[in-house]
Amino acid sequence: MNLNVIANPTGNIKSRIRKDKIYLGIIIVLSLITISPIILIISKLIIKGIRQINLSFFTETAPDTLEAMTALSNNEIIPGGILNGITGTIFMVLMASLMAIPVGILIGIFLYEKGEKRYANIIRDISDIMQGIPSIVLGLIAYLWIVKNITNGFSALAGSVSLAIMMLPLIIRSTEETLKMIPQTIKEAGFALGAPYHKIILKVLIPSSLSGLITGILLAISRILGETAPLMLTALGSPVVNFYADKPTSAVPLLIWEFYNDPNMVDLIWSSSLFLMGFVLTLNIISKRIAAKRK
Amino acid sequence: MILNNLEVENPVLSIKDLSVAYDKNAKNAVNAVSAEVKRNAITAIMGPSGCGKSTLLRAINRMHDLYPAIVTEGNIFLNGENINKISTIELRRKIGMVFQRPNPFPTMSIYDNVIAGYKLNGIRLKKEKRDHIVEESLKDVVLWDEVKDSLYKKGTFLSGGQQQRLCIARALAFQPDVILLDEPTSALDPVATSKVEDLLVKLKKKYSIVLVTHNMTQAARISDNSMFMYLGDLVEYGKTKSMFTTPQDQRTEEYLTGKFG
Repeated sequence: MNLNVIANPTGNIKSRIRKDKIYLGIIIVLSLITISPIILIISKLIIKGIRQINLSFFTETAPDTLEAMTALSNNEIIPGGILNGITGTIFMVLMASLMAIPVGILIGIFLYEKGEKRYANIIRDISDIMQGIPSIVLGLIAYLWIVKNITNGFSALAGSVSLAIMMLPLIIRSTEETLKMIPQTIKEAGFALGAPYHKIILKVLIPSSLSGLITGILLAISRILGETAPLMLTALGSPVVNFYADKPTSAVPLLIWEFYNDPNMVDLIWSSSLFLMGFVLTLNIISKRIAAKRK
Repeated sequence: MILNNLEVENPVLSIKDLSVAYDKNAKNAVNAVSAEVKRNAITAIMGPSGCGKSTLLRAINRMHDLYPAIVTEGNIFLNGENINKISTIELRRKIGMVFQRPNPFPTMSIYDNVIAGYKLNGIRLKKEKRDHIVEESLKDVVLWDEVKDSLYKKGTFLSGGQQQRLCIARALAFQPDVILLDEPTSALDPVATSKVEDLLVKLKKKYSIVLVTHNMTQAARISDNSMFMYLGDLVEYGKTKSMFTTPQDQRTEEYLTGKFG
């Protein structure tokens, strides 16, 4: 045993405090490095995109090349907006949610209830594998199933099916994890009152985990909002606002891709990206808030 | 051999050769227990941790049915009727249960928690009837005066002791024949504990109470009859007074004098 340490505790404490400070410094530097990309991205988007964002950006559809070229040569702001993209995104995400949320929550409840059964394990594994399927492959599948066979052409329905398949595993897992956090005693309290099983799920388990379920849904939605690849093969894009499930539809990420391919519309890339990024960030912050509230 | 010096006339529950094992290869957690539970009295089940007292209690309202691996043998009769012949839904309305930790439904108000048994069973009542049940149940557990102005607040805002009394009110709302309590005061402070104990003594006029406790003094204070269990066996069952003064079995005596447990 080092008697010195006991005889002279202050010297030891000083070196400990020094080490502590060095460690803290390293952590701060590494954290700054970690968050710097998002700060750089957002600041770049704001600097380059904010000029285009005005009322008509949200109320008008995307301009054609000629309009953009004229505006550019006159040194004006490119006219038009991304209304067709915004409506298309909302339309398809809504349809995808209607398909994925009920199914996902039901499967999540099933996995929670039958967690140890072999059949449940298979389903859980499949859902994990689904999360890893490249989104372009899902686009191809939806193209084969829907575009080729059901709508006989590119359609919003095909787009939302591919997005729904992406959402499904996320919702299944978040539902199962949320339900697992409810104490077993709450469930037993329900059974001890003689309540039938489906009432306990509907009136006890789901309300108790509602904020967790909403968080999972919002995160799944923000995950699919920016998906481009599957939509290119399914929804294709459209210059007009469309609310028909069997017609081609635009989406914000699709518009960004189109703007990128048109040298006259480069400015619109930044404003559309800024919009998309803001949308996703807002959803993320809301879901974080909800998640924090339940703790 | 079980020392059972209790003659019970018209018992509310009679347990016959009940054995429970947590899976089919495991040792019995409750081993061939037979006992008769007196009506309108408090029956305490005591014993050291792991002696099977909670397992025995949970067999009475068939909570073990929730876990398919658990094997239950033997019979229990409620007012002479075999509980295995009654559906669990109906059985659990006749036998209420209160758990070790207060577990009010976190998303429901105090009012909804009391009436939860009806709501979860899909029984519709007129508002006056509902209000009456809620008021009576909360008065029964001496909680009415404390919460009558905040009936629509969440039950989880109450203190631990109040929450536990709320859970008892929830069990009373159905007017059950029997109330099972699984160490209801182990998560409570002494003041809240004494309130719950006073309440139980008051409630035995209307209900038959089975109380699991590992607190011997609690059993001595409030129970009429006591069972002492050890390693799954019912070692001794008798009037609380005589068991605490002149225990018949050496293990009971050692437990009561604090030699183990």
